[in-house]
Amino acid sequence: MTVCASAASHASLSNNTMIGSPDVVAFTKEDEYGQTVPEPLDLPEEFSIPLHPLADSNPWAKTSYAKFTKDFILISEFSEQVGPQPLLTIPDDPKVCGSFDLNYFSLRIMSVDYQASFVGHRPGSGYPRLSFVEDSRVVLGDSKEGAFAYVHHFTLYDLEARGFVRPFCMAYVAADEKKIMLQFQELSLRFSQASECLKAGNRRAFAKELQRKLQDLEYTHSVLQREEGLQREAGPQCVYSATTVEKANELANVEKSIYEHRDLLKQISAYHRHPRRDPHAVSCQKCMSECLRECEELLDKYAKLVNPLGYSERPPKREGRQSQFDDDRGEEDVDDEGIKRRPSYTPQLIKAKSAKCFDKRLKTLQELCEETFYEATVDLLKETERSFRGDLCYLYTRRLDKTLHRKQKIVSFLFEEDLNDNVEDEAETLRPFCAVNHAIDNYVHLNPPHIVLGSEALELDGLKPQGPLDLTRETTTAQELGLLGSHLESSPSDQTLETQESSEGTKSFSSDKSGTDQAEKQESLASMNTECPDPYSDLTPEPDQNTYPERESSSEDCDIGQDQTPMSLLEIASELEARKDYECEVGTHSELLVPMDTACCMAHEGFLYESADPDAGPNSNLNPSQILVVNQEPHALHLIQDEYTVGSLCSERPATGLELPVGTLGDAVSHTSVEDGSDCTMSASTGSDRAASPLGYGRSVTLRQRKKAGQGALRFVRQYSFAMQALWCLLSGRTLVVLGADEGRVRRLVSALALFVPSPGKSGERVQPWLTSSFTLTDLHRWKLIGLQRVASPAGSSALYSLSRYSRYISILDVDMKTLRCPQYRGQLLVNMADHRTCIRRGSTYFLHLQSTLCRLAAKAFLLTFTHHLHLPVSPTEGPKVVEARRRCFLQEQLGLDEEDSQILLYLSRLITQRYLQSANGSCSAAVPSFSFNYITSVLYKI
Amino acid sequence: MLRWILGGREAQSSVEKSPVLCIGEEQPKNCFTELQVLKGHFDIVRFLVQIDDFRFASAGDDGLVLVWNIETGERLQELRGHSQQITAITTFTCSNGFTSLITASSDRSLSLWDPDTGNRVQTISDLQSSVKCLLVLERLSMWVSGGEELCVWDKDFQLLCHRQKYSDTGITALIELPENLIAAAVDKEIVIYRLVVSPDSSVSVTDVHHCSEHHDQIRALININDGIFASGSHAGELILWDSTNFQNLAYEHILWEESHPSGQTETRMAAPKPSEMSIQHLTTNGRLILAAVGSGLYVYDVVTKAVVAYRKAAHDSDVLHIMLMSDNELMSCSEDGSVRMWEIQDLPLAAEPASAGFFGMLTFGRSSKQSGLQSKKVLEIPNLRTLELTGDLIGHSGAVQMFLSFKEKGLVTCSTDHLLILWKDGERQSCLRSQALFRKLEENGGL
Repeated sequence: MTVCASAASHASLSNNTMIGSPDVVAFTKEDEYGQTVPEPLDLPEEFSIPLHPLADSNPWAKTSYAKFTKDFILISEFSEQVGPQPLLTIPDDPKVCGSFDLNYFSLRIMSVDYQASFVGHRPGSGYPRLSFVEDSRVVLGDSKEGAFAYVHHFTLYDLEARGFVRPFCMAYVAADEKKIMLQFQELSLRFSQASECLKAGNRRAFAKELQRKLQDLEYTHSVLQREEGLQREAGPQCVYSATTVEKANELANVEKSIYEHRDLLKQISAYHRHPRRDPHAVSCQKCMSECLRECEELLDKYAKLVNPLGYSERPPKREGRQSQFDDDRGEEDVDDEGIKRRPSYTPQLIKAKSAKCFDKRLKTLQELCEETFYEATVDLLKETERSFRGDLCYLYTRRLDKTLHRKQKIVSFLFEEDLNDNVEDEAETLRPFCAVNHAIDNYVHLNPPHIVLGSEALELDGLKPQGPLDLTRETTTAQELGLLGSHLESSPSDQTLETQESSEGTKSFSSDKSGTDQAEKQESLASMNTECPDPYSDLTPEPDQNTYPERESSSEDCDIGQDQTPMSLLEIASELEARKDYECEVGTHSELLVPMDTACCMAHEGFLYESADPDAGPNSNLNPSQILVVNQEPHALHLIQDEYTVGSLCSERPATGLELPVGTLGDAVSHTSVEDGSDCTMSASTGSDRAASPLGYGRSVTLRQRKKAGQGALRFVRQYSFAMQALWCLLSGRTLVVLGADEGRVRRLVSALALFVPSPGKSGERVQPWLTSSFTLTDLHRWKLIGLQRVASPAGSSALYSLSRYSRYISILDVDMKTLRCPQYRGQLLVNMADHRTCIRRGSTYFLHLQSTLCRLAAKAFLLTFTHHLHLPVSPTEGPKVVEARRRCFLQEQLGLDEEDSQILLYLSRLITQRYLQSANGSCSAAVPSFSFNYITSVLYKI
Repeated sequence: MLRWILGGREAQSSVEKSPVLCIGEEQPKNCFTELQVLKGHFDIVRFLVQIDDFRFASAGDDGLVLVWNIETGERLQELRGHSQQITAITTFTCSNGFTSLITASSDRSLSLWDPDTGNRVQTISDLQSSVKCLLVLERLSMWVSGGEELCVWDKDFQLLCHRQKYSDTGITALIELPENLIAAAVDKEIVIYRLVVSPDSSVSVTDVHHCSEHHDQIRALININDGIFASGSHAGELILWDSTNFQNLAYEHILWEESHPSGQTETRMAAPKPSEMSIQHLTTNGRLILAAVGSGLYVYDVVTKAVVAYRKAAHDSDVLHIMLMSDNELMSCSEDGSVRMWEIQDLPLAAEPASAGFFGMLTFGRSSKQSGLQSKKVLEIPNLRTLELTGDLIGHSGAVQMFLSFKEKGLVTCSTDHLLILWKDGERQSCLRSQALFRKLEENGGL
């Protein structure tokens, strides 16, 4: 077994002396031990990719001996009854794990729990202590099984469990060790979110459980008191019968238990005050304060109830039961909606010896956390699983892609998918997810975001959290103390609190020792970091650096535990919902998916492009006669039909978009994977394409659909000699009307051409795939690409009338006659994009070719837009003529563009300008969209 | 099918060529390369009125008055209050320079609006009849409404004077003449009223003169300069009047008559419909009168009292509104849904009139004495020039009712298709946008 697994977290670092297993090794960067690889190109840090996956190894060799087919997430627990056991896998599909032994693996991963947990009574404290445990993160490998896992241990509270804790772990299991190592940071972030969410739910559940328990104890106490009183009255004063003594003992026990539980409640409510060493602990402030409030209410309530003085002072004139009811009523008066929300609970009598019974059923994970939180966590984990699909190379490409996109957001709207999703994607990892759906912006970064791409952030990160964090912590503590103090006034619990605090102050938890350990480790790490500039710095667990100083300071002033709790995290629920919706859609539409034989597809491509007329394949599913024809088509034509299967024949949906080459790659992968349950990587076969039905949800366009579009565009380019002119029309902003009698053909062509529509809108608003009625001028500037039905009937003549009337604003591509009427294009820019003798055979290749060409165009347009002197006079003496001449000179001489090519750039520049102004104006811009055009003569092109 | 579209289009354009000039798609002189479609009305938009440098109001059959920003196309105000179509709208500028809007509607009410706030400041309802035209006398801080009756109002909407109707058609047009005189077009005659403001500031209206030389209903009435005003009738008569003694200075009867023999039969067959020579609209720049006659245009020089240029079939359908943009540029809009821009050009060849023979124009009045004089003049027009189409604006799907020019800021057209279109110079707009961009860039401190 190669020793390649590693443990990585401060927790594990602090305990790394304990690590004896050869499977677990400190998480390190390769560079630290190997040679520093000089950056060959001076690329910004965030664009760098590790260029050297183990050079000698076959990338596929490793996965071959893994017993599972794809990565999955495993949640296991260390049950006090049966030991380590797997709870669930995500995706929840037995096929995923194959013959992989989950039980065995659970044992493995649960046996490397390095959480610094301390359970039981601590010396000097009379009460059992809750251990506030930071999560631990470990990378573990089992080379025999071919499995590598990022393991995230966390602890949940359970009143009935031993030491009140239930250890759990979540593991991301993959066959590729490198993937885990290099994605460690992000995995850690995601799983921290999940863990925080679970823990938040758990604390609520725990508080509720405590409340119930306290009520039970209250009730028992009162019953016992009453019984004792009765006995005392009945029996002679000086005689102590055995039963009396027993009762007294029982009463004392109950009282002790009440104290203990009250203390637990206090501890759990103090949870949030603890400084988090976990750098990924971001929490929803609202949730936190809500929980805090609830806990405090409870605490307040039970402080009063359990107050032994209160009880003894209170004349026992009322029967216990009655007083209980009184109290209940009192509670209800006092309680706010937060408490009323809970189901009313009838207290039960507790047996004196409520011993731990081992035959008792332990709570499930769902029960330990509230349902909402559990669900949210599972959703988050599912999302995590989805986002980590694919091999490392793919993940890197995607990340690079995202970073690049973010860099060029000013122009990326032109030809790329809209970035909003991605941006949110990014934000979601940084912001806490609130399972109960609080507004997103109310969270506080207890620690700053931790996927740090820039290197300078490394140093800052360690320092930043200190000031404000400490400040807030102190103030909140002070406030709470004051609050509690005022609540409790002269009650003894006040004293209890103080003593507790003071005892905590003197107590030194394990952190001292571990602190030094860590310090050493820390220093070594830090020195390494400073020594060699690390291209992977975004991947190293720099949390250590942040938390280290914080820990030092924090371990002195308060050290109840380490785990401070944010109530809930994760991500925006609405987004989750949207995703769910989306998945539904995908689900329904995946029925259209027709599995295709890749080889067949490729084999037939030449045929498709050259000999067959793909447009000849009618594909309206509605027409039986056409279906007949379809059945007689050669196989290759089936392919085309399937690509363009028309979803719903909603002919008059003016606002409908169509499926466009927009949508994130991430989406693409996740959706396709959702469908087929297998990893989808960049190398996914081009053959088995899904039906490109004009869904009307632009967002949901998958990678495959893009390829489809690429294929369609390629076919168009190869088939129509005037393709270049048509593309020029689209790129220069002249509305192109695709006119045809057959809806399928028109739609197909429109979806292929939609690739070339600049700024098609998020869901392709600027494309109208099929229009049966006549259009107006407004439509012309709303839609840049229109599929229009040719109707022979008089009803259609109005459409034709509008065609001729607005002919100066549009270009008309006649599908049936294969003609194009548009202004002449004599430029050179589009020649390599629309070469009908192109050697490119594959849609995906062509798509990428297009993307790069269009990207270059967009870059030029950017330059044109934001070069000041091309638009405005440099000196006051210059007139507009001079500026215009300069602009023309720039376009012609510096960019080498012809008149027509310049028009493309000017149009793109115009779009950029408008977009920039709009985004700057914000939502208030009620400006009417304007439509520009040129008075140019059109000519008729024929094949 | 294809021929329907593409070939058919050519056929159509050739059809267009015969009666009307077709400019085609190449229009280098047409600077309106950008447009904005303004939506807001629910019915025919008939009126446009400029409020100030950047605002204008539109009104129509839906009773709505909308105030727009010409620069952004933004709808600034919605003036709601009239329950029926607007029949007249005008601006009213007080002595303090504040501009408000006066509207008249078929619901027999008059309203004064504040275009800044959209408030209805004043309103008068339950008039005896609906008002057809409005005339503001800014000098007197008064305004006049004309319909079946003539009313004079002060700026606070107090009725100063009132004159009962004496004609079925009522007053269709009003203009102000010097010396507190008002000319009103009433059916076939022009009635001159004098406004008498007595020392106790009561106002009375007296009938001064009746000019009744038109043979048909008067459609248009305009002031040309301080000394002359003009009127045009349904029958194509254009008469110039002296503003002080109300004498007929010139009489032109515009008849689109075929002059060459081969056309004779055709002309007979297509018997001249009266609307073909109806003067829909008159406009002037003080020296030239531009008349919209049927679907044609007619430019008349006031000084030389001669026709300068004409185009019988300037549009496919009746011309509804015309404007002289400069001494040799003019614009017209028509029921055919287009706006056309014309240039008065010198004839390249002397033979031009012959080639455009079917445009032959004869002006002869009903009275023989005039016809002899004028027909002679027509035959040897010394410097007849042509109207050349320099561009057209196509966008509306219905008749273009009116247009309003904001000079370089653009042009607004309103139409029966309920839309307004803002036509702008694309170059200028792009320049403005760039300016805005760099301003924003500066504000944002970079990208």
